[in-house]
Amino acid sequence: MAQTKGSANARSSNGRRKRTKKEEDSPEVARLREHYEMMVLIRLFEEETERQYKKAQIGGYCHLSSGQEATNVGACAALLKEDVLFTGYRGHGFALAKGIDPGKVMAELFGRVDGAAHGRGGSMHICDAEYNYLGGWGIVAGQLPLATGAAFALSQEDQPYAVLCELGEGAVNMGAWHESLNLAGIWDLPVVFLVLNNIYGMGTTVDKASAEPEIYKRAAAFRMHGERVNGQDLEEVLEASDRLMTRAREERKPAVLECMTYRFRGHSVADAGTAYRTKEEVFERQENDPIPAFGKALLERGAISSQDELDEIRSRAEKKVDEAVEFAEQSADPDVDTLAQHVYGDPDTADQFARMGPGSPYGERELVLSSGLGSS
Amino acid sequence: MATLTTPPEVEQAGSSTTTMTYREALRLALREELEHDEKVFLVGEEIGVFEGSYKVTAGLFKEFGPKRVREAPISEEGFVGLSVGAAMMGLRPVVEIMTLNFILVAMDQVVNHAAKVRYMLGGEVGCPLVIRTPNGAGNQLTAQHSQSFEQWFAHVPGLKVVAPATPADAKGLLKAAIRDDDPVIVVENLPIYKEKGEVPDDPEFVTPIGRARVAREGTDLTIVAHSFAVKRSLEVAEQLESELDVSAEVVDLRSLRPLDTQTVADSVSKTNRALCVEEGWSSYGTTAEVAARIQDACFDDLDAPVGRVGMAEVPMPYAKNLENATLPHSEKILGAAKHVLGVA
Ligand SMILES: Cc1ncc(C[n+]2csc(CCOP(=O)(O)OP(=O)(O)O)c2C)c(N)n1
Repeated sequence: MAQTKGSANARSSNGRRKRTKKEEDSPEVARLREHYEMMVLIRLFEEETERQYKKAQIGGYCHLSSGQEATNVGACAALLKEDVLFTGYRGHGFALAKGIDPGKVMAELFGRVDGAAHGRGGSMHICDAEYNYLGGWGIVAGQLPLATGAAFALSQEDQPYAVLCELGEGAVNMGAWHESLNLAGIWDLPVVFLVLNNIYGMGTTVDKASAEPEIYKRAAAFRMHGERVNGQDLEEVLEASDRLMTRAREERKPAVLECMTYRFRGHSVADAGTAYRTKEEVFERQENDPIPAFGKALLERGAISSQDELDEIRSRAEKKVDEAVEFAEQSADPDVDTLAQHVYGDPDTADQFARMGPGSPYGERELVLSSGLGSS
Repeated sequence: MATLTTPPEVEQAGSSTTTMTYREALRLALREELEHDEKVFLVGEEIGVFEGSYKVTAGLFKEFGPKRVREAPISEEGFVGLSVGAAMMGLRPVVEIMTLNFILVAMDQVVNHAAKVRYMLGGEVGCPLVIRTPNGAGNQLTAQHSQSFEQWFAHVPGLKVVAPATPADAKGLLKAAIRDDDPVIVVENLPIYKEKGEVPDDPEFVTPIGRARVAREGTDLTIVAHSFAVKRSLEVAEQLESELDVSAEVVDLRSLRPLDTQTVADSVSKTNRALCVEEGWSSYGTTAEVAARIQDACFDDLDAPVGRVGMAEVPMPYAKNLENATLPHSEKILGAAKHVLGVA
């Protein structure tokens, strides 16, 4: 992927120059517009998600990406389709940025059969095997060893791809962080640990939780490259992700990329997000919203021609969100008879369990054993 | 079985009580024990400024300060293990694990360390540790956040496991756990946190560990349960009464290890029929253990095989209809009860 820093040159003295034909045709500029549109889509999708949650169409834990869109889009823009993505539970933004159809994501939030995980996973466990998004995971730091293992598989089979593993800054005090980074280091595994440092792990600030709160520095303990970027600046995130993913693919070197970001909403939709931070702080951060800032930059640079074009982008994204909701609404509930499907996948499973019936707990035969426990 | 005796009177409540929620009862126990013994301290994620994910520790940080109410980073293995070490030094740590699911990363410290301290060190060193954590499901929290595997701890010699189902026992068992000289896992429950009940005011009131409670008297069927399954079972007992004129006795185990087989056997030898209910998976579960002990203690008294109900044996799915099909809801318990009664 091309680096994008140079495109800042396109800015005119008055910042309002009309886009030239040359820029319009430049794939880099077109891509920046797409990234902007994706950020807008994620924001609107999350706002709709919150509304649908309040209407009880969505349940369970639900963690929004609002405010962190530049990290979602910047990092995913650096991925090849074959590169593998793992995230924690704050995954809607990553799923969309990885290219998964918003309808499939919304249908999963609705718990419907056409959802990304067919109604099994919900908000925290969005995935898409086709796009190599191998899951949102709900146990803090649980995805790190998995991502390290995926990188191991790529390395073992000489695949020229790499793994991107998202985690919050709250995850770095788990043993899994230490063990994963060490393994990635000693075995030269192609994995980039993308730390989204939004300062808060629920209500705990990073400096209260971490003896070394500058997370990227911890990579040094494993003689690994670590760096920090402004996570509210899409181009910075993209440039660094691209460089480190390329290095992981080509040189088989792991890295830590820390993005300084901020979540605008509470930890989850159930948290007002005000008990541990001031309204002023949130307000100040929202004043520096990465989306309008990026839109303005594109406008000034001429990559976007006018306010009308910005509005058009917004309405296109709105339409996609509406369509996603419609798709989710029209998708059916999963069939209860399929409850035990996918507990196991081996075709011999039903046979292996066939003699477990006598003495079963009440309902087990009907609900579980009879449906075969397999993937059929 | 003729030789069984009536369980000793277990309630030691003073005369006055106050109505409060299960959550408030736990908080009261923590406050009283923090006051009672300087060696007691609380440690866990978000238990201070955030006041606990489920608000059990609300106000305690303000009242007792950061030394007695320690806010830990997300490092379960670290701070559970730290608490084992502190307990070996004579402190009385009360660890909050946000939900039972998150103890898995600290399992080695619990099973391989806390449970072994006293025995392995020849009785020279003890481990007066409490870990309190809620189990439970039912809010579409899905596979990694909806588990009730408390029986795994009950499998382990060296650990004690209690699971209060009422506000009174929430206070009484937590206090008993904190005063106990051995590691005790206190299994709380998400859906019960908001339930109200009468709680003894006496600061010396404890619920003894290892004593079950007859939560409802009856003559035709014994339903044995713990934690949230007690509430479900009591509802079913009412239904059995009104719909089938069946009188069901409900035994609330309260402790899983030690298990009060005596109270269960006394009841079954009276009713001659038993149904065991649990919130988690029943294969190798609490119901399996209780059923095995019932058939041994009450073989001659039984008029029907012992029944069991638990969560369907799948990882908890997200979709509401699938989640409902997975939970051991009252319809399933009722079906199982009819089966045991031979009226299905
Ligand atoms: C092992 C474990 N402990 C506790 C939790 C509960 N929990 C869920 S998210 C969270 C905070 C994580 O914060 P951070 O890593 O900074 O990510 P963010 O939510 O800010 O994206 C906690 C404590 C959990 N899921 N897993």
